[in-house]
Amino acid sequence: MLKFTAEHEWLKLEDGVATVGITSHAAEQLGDLVFVELPEVGSQLTKDGNAATVESVKAASDVYCPLDGEVTEVNQAIVDDPSIVNSDPQGKGWFFKLKLKNVPDADALMDEAAYQELIA
Amino acid sequence: MDDQTVLKTTPLHALHLSLGARMVPFAGYDMPVQYPAGVLKEHLHTRTAAGLFDVSHMGQVVIRAKSGAYEDAALALETLVPVDILGLKPGRQRYGFFTDDNGGILDDLMITNRGDHLFVVVNASCKDADLAHMQAHLAGCDVTLLEDRALLALQGPRAEGALAALWPDVTSMKFMDVRDASLHDVDGIISRSGYSGEDGFEISVPADQAEQIASALLEDLHCQPIGLGARDSLRLEAGLCLYGNDIDTTTSPIEAALEWAIQKPRRLGGARAGGFPGAGRILGELANGTSRRRIGLKPEGKAPVRAHAKLYADAEGRTELGEVTSGTFGPSVEGPVAMGYVPTRFAEPGCQIFAEVRGKYLPLTVSALPFITPTYKR
Repeated sequence: MLKFTAEHEWLKLEDGVATVGITSHAAEQLGDLVFVELPEVGSQLTKDGNAATVESVKAASDVYCPLDGEVTEVNQAIVDDPSIVNSDPQGKGWFFKLKLKNVPDADALMDEAAYQELIA
Repeated sequence: MDDQTVLKTTPLHALHLSLGARMVPFAGYDMPVQYPAGVLKEHLHTRTAAGLFDVSHMGQVVIRAKSGAYEDAALALETLVPVDILGLKPGRQRYGFFTDDNGGILDDLMITNRGDHLFVVVNASCKDADLAHMQAHLAGCDVTLLEDRALLALQGPRAEGALAALWPDVTSMKFMDVRDASLHDVDGIISRSGYSGEDGFEISVPADQAEQIASALLEDLHCQPIGLGARDSLRLEAGLCLYGNDIDTTTSPIEAALEWAIQKPRRLGGARAGGFPGAGRILGELANGTSRRRIGLKPEGKAPVRAHAKLYADAEGRTELGEVTSGTFGPSVEGPVAMGYVPTRFAEPGCQIFAEVRGKYLPLTVSALPFITPTYKR
């Protein structure tokens, strides 16, 4: 099941590891992405801290970390071709995988219905 | 701008909405920043086919001497701009700028000799100030803002073909020619110019017929609507200044590398040397150079380096040189491009400097402008 943040990140939780990306809504709002900067594998991130940067032709935007954890993997494909984030934001356009410090924290995030209501 | 401000709209506002544009506030107008195709595709489409831009927010102004003589209007305007206007031939256009007493730039503009009067196009954000400036200083002239006209820009290699469907005579025009045109019985003023680095046209038409003309141009399969987002990346790749970013009252025309727009008759030793605000500084800088210059910059990595990023001589951020004034990703260059100001000794193409981006010092190479090869029909 996907979880969502008010800052327009999504998470897919499997065995204590969250795959994190930006929502379709966020990708649409940003427009064509031309640059993505990802965190380093092994870095410890904290909830609401800066995790990544995305740049469209017009502007740079921060991507925040949805929960505390350690980065175990990053998606080099979106660094090489940022347009993947626009074409498949909630699939192939994932950003990084985060081994959660405290798995139950994810329960507090929004489910899909709540997120849809937020952006409606 | 606060939320209470009511945005103005152009005569093409309804068309933008019907085409699915994303609208943003710009210079007091509700303007399309992009259409559903997106900025990247819109940019590349303009370079390979034809893009139609709404630039109706810009000011279209007529300057007419009370005597009725072009020469009187030309000599009056020469007191405000360092451009040879008396020597401008009928039906020809020239780029210029209003200067202030300190030699800074108040706005940049396009100036046309329309036979018995001058037609100028000024930036939207400056048009009220420009109008007041001209009305205060052009003694003996009537200065009129044309509020009932729209302005379209049609840019790109397919622009001529698209416009020729409405007015075949356009094929005989050269870069910076300006003509009256009857576009299927709509009274147009067409200039072969633009601000994208491509061959193209600016088309002034009566406001109430603008949508008809825009729709007719968009019927051409090669022609697509283009928003302000791509307009910005196109002009930056073309090395063209955006007023408020790359030039303003703190930059002189020589610092801005715009000396090519100051023709010989207005320079020292010329027939009508000086006589414009800030002439002492500007002509002095023309003769002796300036301590800083506007340059092109190519960041080495993929990260765009944006306006206001600080520039340094070294990778540790010890010696600050200046700052970036415009920067984005150049879709045609397939990499980031920027412009900024540095001390003249760092302004040679090939010189490596650094920009601070999110706490890192990224290498950039000073690059000749423009970043693309313009395709003007000279």
